[in-house]
Amino acid sequence: MRRSNIVKENLTAWVFLLPSLIFLVMFTLYPILSTFISSFYKSDLSTIEPIFIGFDNYTIMMKDEVFRKAFINNVWFTIGTVPTSVCLGLLLAILVNRTFVGKALSRVFFFYPVVIPMVAVSFIWLFFYTPDYGMINSILKLIGFEELNLLGNSDTALLSIIMMVIWKEAGFFMIFYLAALQNIPKDLIEAARMDGASKWRQFRSVIFPLLMPTTLFSTIIATTNAFKTVDQLVVMTQGGPNNASNLLLYYIYENTFRFMDYGRAATVTVIVLMIMVSIAAIQFFTTDKKIHYS
Amino acid sequence: MNRLISISTYILALLWALPFLGIVYMAFKDASEQGYSLTFRNFIDAWNAAPFGQYYLNTIIIVIAILCVQLITITLAAYAFARMNFVAKGFTFMLILIQIMIPSDVLIFPNSNTIAQLGIYDTKLAITIPYFISAFGIFLLRQTFKGIPYELEEAAKMEGCNRLQIIRNVYIPLAKPTYLAFGLISVSTQWSNFLWPLIITDSDENRPLTVGLSMFAKASDSGAQWGIVCAGTLFIIFPLLLAFLLFQKQFVSSFMQSGIK
Repeated sequence: MRRSNIVKENLTAWVFLLPSLIFLVMFTLYPILSTFISSFYKSDLSTIEPIFIGFDNYTIMMKDEVFRKAFINNVWFTIGTVPTSVCLGLLLAILVNRTFVGKALSRVFFFYPVVIPMVAVSFIWLFFYTPDYGMINSILKLIGFEELNLLGNSDTALLSIIMMVIWKEAGFFMIFYLAALQNIPKDLIEAARMDGASKWRQFRSVIFPLLMPTTLFSTIIATTNAFKTVDQLVVMTQGGPNNASNLLLYYIYENTFRFMDYGRAATVTVIVLMIMVSIAAIQFFTTDKKIHYS
Repeated sequence: MNRLISISTYILALLWALPFLGIVYMAFKDASEQGYSLTFRNFIDAWNAAPFGQYYLNTIIIVIAILCVQLITITLAAYAFARMNFVAKGFTFMLILIQIMIPSDVLIFPNSNTIAQLGIYDTKLAITIPYFISAFGIFLLRQTFKGIPYELEEAAKMEGCNRLQIIRNVYIPLAKPTYLAFGLISVSTQWSNFLWPLIITDSDENRPLTVGLSMFAKASDSGAQWGIVCAGTLFIIFPLLLAFLLFQKQFVSSFMQSGIK
């Protein structure tokens, strides 16, 4: 009786899990495995059957100018977007965590970019940046400056995209900080004030340390985003000019659908997967799970 | 001092609003007239220039299909993880969490191969199928289910309910806020999804709004058409913004829970 109950419970549980597991295997687990395997084969339009070439894809890729460019760009993109949007999120949270006229509206303005699709954001900013008609250039012209082609210039293309991403993401981190700020016990700050701590000192010694989990966690999310979102490149620059704004995932996209170099696409995917796993490992070892996963 | 902070807040808020106000301004601007005169023509022109009606329908079908399947898969899996004992439970849960660690966005290369092998390229099934499971949803719902008193399940059992009936009568009603939060996240994420449907579709019959807009904008790539492109962009944004303004609180709290996504 007891034994048959255990068997029955096992069976039911696996039936319940089956639908999830099927799709998990099809679109997460098997693809990860197959990508690893493909990365050891030469497979492009000139090879009829994939040929096993060991680590050649990796060594060739390391020497490839465009890959290196995309990799370095992605590092700069991460450095450019992560600390700034997280800090800005904190600043915005502090600004709107007071009572003042227009508080609700300010919060809406800071948060709405989070809700809008990246593609729409890209079109909005494309219009912002575009020469001749764009808003920025109209303003520049108005005050007597020369026109700038921000997205068409290899010195400014990546930076322009970084600015846009900061604008889109800061509000997301704002809401986390806002919740964290509201959870700080009032008497702690009161005690610091009684001890004669200045506003800045209160922030540095009491508030900021208490926000540490939020900061870590926001940093992790922002870093992941920096490697997994490239919608804006499709719309705005196509990685150009001259690969100045190319990022790793966009490079995978190009290799898969434009150059049909599947060995390369697989190899770069493996690199991105390894980055994702490292981010997850950092999160695992640094975040105190009690705080965020309640 | 307080006044100074308020003023800088206003300036920042205005700066944040500016891009949106800019495209609203352009979308309603009559390009054929000097100066500024208000017109709806851009919206009408955009609507007629591309099958936006079809794109809307596609997006709605895709978003609803994904949500419906997800609700079933995550409910069953979350219940199993929360309340059942079975062989390799911990290991299976770890496998599911891999999906949180490695989002399918980065697996476009292998997943597009899978779609080709299945022979379903350029179908709505191809757009939706990778999202039929959500590790984030399972994780979220499992936490909620665990918080529901076990006595309620036992009481239902005494009344002769089987597992599925227990889930339906006890767990689902009590987890409504979690379902709402998950639903908002799922719908807004899928409404915004772009790269995957771009890769996997090749006809207006299947393209969602995001991909449709990018095709349309590419075709009308000149300055004079900016009003129309802005109008088209507003087509995508409008439903999301409206939902956000109506359900602000729910949106913010769901996005907070999406942190673990």
